[in-house]
Amino acid sequence: MTQAFDAAAQQALLESRVAAALEQARKLGADACEVGASVDQGTGVNVRLGEVETVELSRDQGFAVTVYVGKRKGSASSSDAGEDSIRAAVEKAMAIARYTGEDPASGLADAELMATEFPDLKVHHPWHLSTDEAIELALACEAAGRAVPGITNSDGAGLSSGEGVRVYGNSHGFLAGLKGSRHSLSCMLIAGDEQGMQRDYDYSSVRDPALLASPESIGKSAAERTLRRLGARRPATGRLPVMFAPELAAGLVGHFLNAIAGGALYREASFLCDSLGKPLFPDWFTLMERPREVGAMASAPFDNDGVYTRDNVYIDSGRIASYMLSAYSARRLGMTSTGNAGGARNVRIEAPLESQQHLLARMDRGVLVTELMGQGVNGVTGDYSRGAAGFWVENGEIQYPVEEFTIAGNLNDMFANLAGLGDDVDTRGSVHTGSWLIDGMTVAGG
Amino acid sequence: MTQLTQSPLDEAIATLLAPGGLDAEALEPGLSHALGPGIDYADLYFQRSWHESWVLEDGEVKDASYNIDGGVGVRALSGEKTGFAYSNQITAEALAETGKTASGIARSGSCLDRKPVTVSSAPLRYTGIDPLSGLTAEDKIAMLKLADRVARAADPSVSQVSASLTGEHEVVMVRASDGTLAADIRPLVRLNVSVIAAKNGRRERGSAGGGGRYAMSRLRDENAAERYAKEAVRQALVNLEAVDAPAGQMPVVLGSGWPGILLHEAVGHGLEGDFNRKGSSAFAGRMGQRVAAPGVTVVDDATLDDRRGSMTVDDEGTPGAYTPLIEDGILVGYMQDKLNARLMGMAPTGNARRESYAHLPMPRMTNTYMLAGQDDPEDIIKSVKRGIYAVSFGGGQVDITSGKFVFSASEAYLIEDGRITTPVKGATLIGNGPEAMGRVSMIGHDMALDTGIGVCGKEGQGVPVGVGQPTLKLDEITVGGTQS
Repeated sequence: MTQAFDAAAQQALLESRVAAALEQARKLGADACEVGASVDQGTGVNVRLGEVETVELSRDQGFAVTVYVGKRKGSASSSDAGEDSIRAAVEKAMAIARYTGEDPASGLADAELMATEFPDLKVHHPWHLSTDEAIELALACEAAGRAVPGITNSDGAGLSSGEGVRVYGNSHGFLAGLKGSRHSLSCMLIAGDEQGMQRDYDYSSVRDPALLASPESIGKSAAERTLRRLGARRPATGRLPVMFAPELAAGLVGHFLNAIAGGALYREASFLCDSLGKPLFPDWFTLMERPREVGAMASAPFDNDGVYTRDNVYIDSGRIASYMLSAYSARRLGMTSTGNAGGARNVRIEAPLESQQHLLARMDRGVLVTELMGQGVNGVTGDYSRGAAGFWVENGEIQYPVEEFTIAGNLNDMFANLAGLGDDVDTRGSVHTGSWLIDGMTVAGG
Repeated sequence: MTQLTQSPLDEAIATLLAPGGLDAEALEPGLSHALGPGIDYADLYFQRSWHESWVLEDGEVKDASYNIDGGVGVRALSGEKTGFAYSNQITAEALAETGKTASGIARSGSCLDRKPVTVSSAPLRYTGIDPLSGLTAEDKIAMLKLADRVARAADPSVSQVSASLTGEHEVVMVRASDGTLAADIRPLVRLNVSVIAAKNGRRERGSAGGGGRYAMSRLRDENAAERYAKEAVRQALVNLEAVDAPAGQMPVVLGSGWPGILLHEAVGHGLEGDFNRKGSSAFAGRMGQRVAAPGVTVVDDATLDDRRGSMTVDDEGTPGAYTPLIEDGILVGYMQDKLNARLMGMAPTGNARRESYAHLPMPRMTNTYMLAGQDDPEDIIKSVKRGIYAVSFGGGQVDITSGKFVFSASEAYLIEDGRITTPVKGATLIGNGPEAMGRVSMIGHDMALDTGIGVCGKEGQGVPVGVGQPTLKLDEITVGGTQS
């Protein structure tokens, strides 16, 4: 059931269609134009209780065009990157540009910012995996988890593997493509006692299948994570230090990045407006972006505007050193693009790291949070209030699981009160970080 | 009376099949490809959608976009196994290829005799129109500019206004091996206004919006731009005065309408058939038992006219229905699609939904709400010595296995000695579904539905939904403020 996918041929095809669309827009009278096209293909299998549950083959296309007529713009997109639908989309975008209002900041990124070097960043590693092999891996993963005593039910294990091509071109003459792959294996298990049921999961997600964690290790870890939640109590309400597990600390980095993104800043929808040069984190903390790291999750030589990507330092010794800007948001702020159309790529932290055990000892009494729920983050004010689950810490050691409580504060204070960073760095996503210990949050429980 | 419009089925055939050189006859060989050996159910889901979006910022509509999506998803079931493939081409070749791929889930067994075709005759829950036509581009821009003017005129502290107008025209058709042949034309529109207000060094956001399954012109006729602009400004101004919210357990009064997100999270997801078949829901095996306080009656209702969550037929072709979930506190029903209904020995309830042809259907909510009670909303407030009155929410989430759910208030007030007093900052509320529903002690007579803004996410698929409830009192729930 595997499908052939010739990434190089797909890239050549998309490049020729993007070039044709740019030419068509020029002929129809567009002063400038940009076009993105993509094709992705993948296989996904899910197993549950030792049986196959779903087998899914996906093949997605996407195509988006933006035309500029004077200072007006129009956009159109389609799930079909075929010649006819591209032609129709360009015409539709031109029609829309007759109605939109003038925008002095509108237009392509400046020509001198276009990427000119395209090193192979090793993010494309196809996996020629048959459906049967994918099922075997998922079954082995779930079986390893279910073999752990105490696991009573399963939400299943899943393997997904895919690759794709993205092409971007604009009327500066920029035309480039990027091939990439993504493979992941995950498992979610359930355990129950007289108090009720709990579930938890673990996963591995990689560019290169050779780096995928073993099915057995994922299954076992999912089981352990599930079992340790049984017998949870509710913590008392009070002001306490909170430790965020690495995958949740990456979310805090995400809140920071959203707040220094140009789009939030020019809309005044950020708690970090007019914050350049101001202290936000302790002076031992530096946060940067490495978009050209070889083999990393979010590596790319150019951003969604075609602008070259470069190493950016966002927090330098605790102070805000740069915003995160696309061509448009930069113009709105009277600044220059930082190559961040589409977001940050490969965020890394430089700070002294400690073992989790050492961090817990310093915390002494508080909560270790391993799950957050809900959307209670106000990007305009930085106010933060979310549902949580995790572990009660007393005398520097984990005592018992806790659940059904909230943690609350304001991101300005939370960042300033960052008291320590763990060496338990999670490298699965675009943001690499270990645990964060934050002093002085409000825990609301029973 | 003369029938001027085509039936949904005729329109679907013309829209979905004709461009690829197919007609209704082509559905039969298409289905045959998916009905390989050992397959006990198969369906073809055709979809085409046209989506339009106009966005105003800085007083100008500077951004507008148009999207066309479409294709066919083919599903083959064998026992609990599902094979699935899709294509963005609706052609004979694509049907053959996706059908064979999907039916590869089973490799042996007998070939199913398909049932004779029954064309769905479900009553229409909305008019099958293209909601994008009817207003010119100038009309749409004028509506957004009106929202901008009204918001800026409402208060000098308003510093930013953004407004968006979106509309979707969707045509779907389902042909299944159980004889189903159904089509649906689904309009969906929405207007949203968001403002930033700044005063005394503080900055706050307010937002409001709404819509439903009707023409964009109705938003204009009902003065949606003006109403939502004023409401967004009002909310931002309230939040500019907000003090830190309290932390800990206390009584909470929820306003009518959109706070019904409580029901969506606390009970709705936990009553979806798939989680109960798998035994992964905190409500599994509790049919017939008390799961909420007496007086609490909750339904899922796809049959409401023109509502955002309504469906004439679901994405498996089953007519949309009124499904009681909890009656006077007792669990009486699950929401089902065909797969889970069959495996649980129940009937489908018209709750099968999918984000698109490229996604698998699963049991989902439509419009979920609590029926009105007897209490006067004023008496409910008066009954609280110290607590919170929450009237608007940003969103929620639930862990269906442990039953823990959260929802985050975006407009709330302190209740002190039976009176609504100071506004408090947004805070997350957390509880356990069955436990929280057991603590509903007063139910207002003011049942209201939300304005048409909900999007529900499950396993990465988003679908439009509605919620509603009367004013109600929870005797105790944890409020996640900062003042302990």
